[in-house]
Order: sequence, then C-alpha cells, then structure tokens
Amino acid sequence: MSAAGPDTDPLVTVEGIHTYYGKSHILHGVSLNVRRGEVVGLLGRNGVGKSTTLKTIMGLVHPHQGKILLGGTPITGQPAHKLARLGIGYVPEDRRIFRLLTVMENLRTGLDRHGVTAERKQELLDKVFAYFPVLAERRSQPGGTLSGGEQQMLAIARAMMLEPKIILLDEPTEGLMPRMVSQIREIIGALHREGVAILLVEQNVPLTLAASERVYIMEKGAIRHHAAAAELNVNDPVIQQYLGV
Amino acid sequence: MDAVVGFLEAIPWDQIMIQTVNGIVTGMILALVASGLTLIFGIMDVVNFAHGELFMLGAYVGVIVMAATGNFWIALILSTLTVALIGAALQITTLRPLIGRDPLTTILATFGISLVLQNYALWQFGPVARKINEPFTGYFSLFYLDYPWYRLVIAGLSAAIIGAFWLFLKYGTYGIWIRATTQDRVMAQAMGIPVPWVHTAVFAIGAGMAAASGVLFGPLVGVNHAMGLDWVLKAFIVVVVGGMGNLGGSIAASIFISLLEAYASIWVSPAGRVIVSFVVLVLTLLFRPTGLFVPTPK
Repeated sequence: MSAAGPDTDPLVTVEGIHTYYGKSHILHGVSLNVRRGEVVGLLGRNGVGKSTTLKTIMGLVHPHQGKILLGGTPITGQPAHKLARLGIGYVPEDRRIFRLLTVMENLRTGLDRHGVTAERKQELLDKVFAYFPVLAERRSQPGGTLSGGEQQMLAIARAMMLEPKIILLDEPTEGLMPRMVSQIREIIGALHREGVAILLVEQNVPLTLAASERVYIMEKGAIRHHAAAAELNVNDPVIQQYLGV
Repeated sequence: MDAVVGFLEAIPWDQIMIQTVNGIVTGMILALVASGLTLIFGIMDVVNFAHGELFMLGAYVGVIVMAATGNFWIALILSTLTVALIGAALQITTLRPLIGRDPLTTILATFGISLVLQNYALWQFGPVARKINEPFTGYFSLFYLDYPWYRLVIAGLSAAIIGAFWLFLKYGTYGIWIRATTQDRVMAQAMGIPVPWVHTAVFAIGAGMAAASGVLFGPLVGVNHAMGLDWVLKAFIVVVVGGMGNLGGSIAASIFISLLEAYASIWVSPAGRVIVSFVVLVLTLLFRPTGLFVPTPK
C-alpha cells in the first residue's frame, strides 16, 4: 500500500511557513512534504523548531506566512479539531495522556466519532490491542498510572483511533528503555505497512535513518538538508555537522 | 453516671435531627448550583460571576411558566432548557471572543452580565418578590414540627439531577469529551474534539443546572432580582473549599458547609451562622488551599 510513486501524490505539503510564539520567530520558511504512506524523518538539535513544525501542521499554532496542504487542499489556519477529523494524528513529545481518564476513555476520545459503526470501532480496538497487549490489560486503569513506555504506546494507539492518513510523531523514544525503543520501532514499521504516513521527529539518529525513507535536517528554524535515508549514515559529515555534539 | 445522663439530656437531639435534614436539603440545592460553577471554572478557567443571576433567571422563568400553565414540573423543565439556551448564547457572544485573553477580562465580562441580568429582572418584574407554589403541600411530623415533604423532594430531585449528570460525565461520549477538555484542552483538540463547542455546552449545562435549582428553591423563598447573590456567594465558598474545578469536592463541600451552618443555627442567630462558612473558607485557604475534599497533591 505504501508503494506510491516517489515523486507523485504528496499527502502533506508545507510551503515556506513562518511561525511565531508571541514575538519570537521560530520557523523561518520551512518547506517539506510527505507522500502517502511514506515515513519521513525530521532531525535536528534541540530547539531548532522540529516540534513547532509538527504543531503548525496540526493547527495548534498558526503560521504567519506560508501554506500547508493536505492531499492538495489548503488547510492553513484550520483549527486542530477539524484537521484531526481530516486524518492528521498527533503524538506529542510529552505524550499528553489524559491522566485521569482510563486507557479505554483515552482511546474513546478519538474513537467516538460520527459515522464510525460499532463493528468498525471494535475492529480498531482489536487492532491496537493486538499491537499493544498491555493496553488491553490496563484498559480500566487511569492513564496517569501507566509507565512512561506504556503512556507512549497509549499516545500512539490514541492517535490510531482517528484512522489517520498521517501521524505526526514527536520524539516517541525519548526517555524509554531499549526494549521499549525497539517496540516503538516495530510499531512505526507496522503503521508503514498499513499505509499510514509518518512524519517522525527524533533525536535517535540511527532509528530515524532505519525507519524513514527520506530525512530532512533542520537548523535554526529552517530546513538545511534533505536526502534519502539510505544515502546517509550516522557518521556522515552532514549528520556530524548538524547533529554532532 | 448521672453526669453523663445529664449531659446527654442537655443535647437537643430533636433540634439536631431537624437541622440535619435542613442541612442536607440546603446542601443538595447548593450542590446543584455549585456543580455548574465548578465545572465552568474547571473547563475554561472562567469564574462565572453571573451564575447567581442564572439561578435567579431560572426562578423567574419558572414563575412565568407557572402562571401560564399552572404546572410546576413543566415550569422546571422549560426553565432549565430556556436558561441553558440563554447560557449558550451568553457564552458565544461574550466569553468565546475572550478566549486566550487575560482571565481578568472574563471576570469583568461575567460580572457585567450579572449586573445586566439583575437590573433587567428588577425593571421587568419589579422589586416585589414573586411566589412559586410548591407542587404539593403535604407535611410529615418531625418531632415538634410539621415538616414539608416538598423539602425532601427538592433534596431528592437535586441528587437525581447531579447523579444523572455524573453518569453522563462518566459514561457518555460527550462526558468523556468534557473531561478530556478539562484535563488538556490542546490535546483534546488534537484528538478531534470541538473544544469551543464543548465550552459552550458546559456553560449551557451549568446555566441549566442553576436554573433548575432556582425553580426548585423558589417555593421556599420569594423570587426576586437579588436572590442569586446569597447563593452565588455560598457557591463560591463551596467551590473553593471543595477544590476549584473538582465536581465531587464541590458536592461534598456543599453538604458539609450546609450541615455546619444548620447546626450553628441551633446556637447562634440564623444571620450569624453565615460566619461558619467564612471560617471554613479562611481555614481552607490557610491550611489546604487546593481544597478540603481533594487528595493531597503529590
């Protein structure tokens, strides 16, 4: 399903967006695109605007300039709740689980939509519980009582409830132990096989290069480099220049 | 032994029983008013100074419908729905444009609404108190008193409304939307929940609950343009004591404070008993500012 032609069919197109927080100018003309079913990595040091790029696509902050298109339709300035219904899933950096809601209720925030039949809901739940059996065990437990890794799984599962065309995944492996990291890696692969596009923001360079088809590298609020993931490796001078410490 | 018996006999058990019933009845009405207030605060950080006026407006709509139909229950339902709609309109026109501004602006806005509603009522209905007749006038004997059944019905109905609302919050899809929005507005929006409409709906529900309590309480006191003041003041105390934005805490605090006031009225004048609630408020703010009925924050 992910075999869309490499240069056709852009799902999300970002064209020259400038985003501000109050008076500070965070994004200076970011342009990128993600094709249907494609996994795209977005790398860069802390504070270069990766998360802000995701928030801008999600409609949580609105750009002062530039355009965002979803499947060719302009979505710039639309509120986040409309974009979620149009097929953009968001897994934020700090996970933002509804801590007092149970695991099941967390999932229902995305699942209880108009036009989703009871059977379809059950299918979606069965699917995420197959991916994340631990969530099925803890379905009646408040989200806040889950471990960090479990919360990350819940955040991804919750976004999957929207049946998104693309998931914006912000540092999913941050602070997780290695076993959890490889589980997240597997889930990215599984979503990819299902044809869900992913825009992946990560600090973990090897994981990003392994999971993505293309990567963008950001610095100071702008895209500085763009390459196929296969052309880069961890010791590449480009990686060293923009990400080395 | 004689001393113990003498002490027990000195306690006015009959009065304590009567005041317990009184306290619970007032507490349930107060809980109905305060739930709306605390919910509105919890979800949109708006301190609604117009809440007492929605209560008053509910009572007046009740008076009007009673005059037209003569049926208390129709008055209760119509008043709840009408004031809920008015609440939704007020939220859309005055509070929604203020989202993202200084919280002070919402205080001024709701305070302004309260003045407008109060003076509208004074202009429209005049200063003389109106009466809502209770739907039935049976009494039962409680010690030396003939206690009106209607008061128990008020307590029962308030409890039923709060209970139904709790079930809705707990199990309903929209209830989950409301709780999710209360916890994390931004993430709720990213999950496709139409947050602006959730705000409007919550304000409407809060207004409707205030109106229902206004109609239920109408028969016990006269309906006049200033009747909301007392209630909103008490409701604010309860909301703070119960923990701002905490529904269960507000309900517990309503009953707790109403019982305390009722017991106090055995020994002090009815006017003096209000002091009790303020003492509780001050002690809460001093020693447990997050609220009396919430788990200690970690």
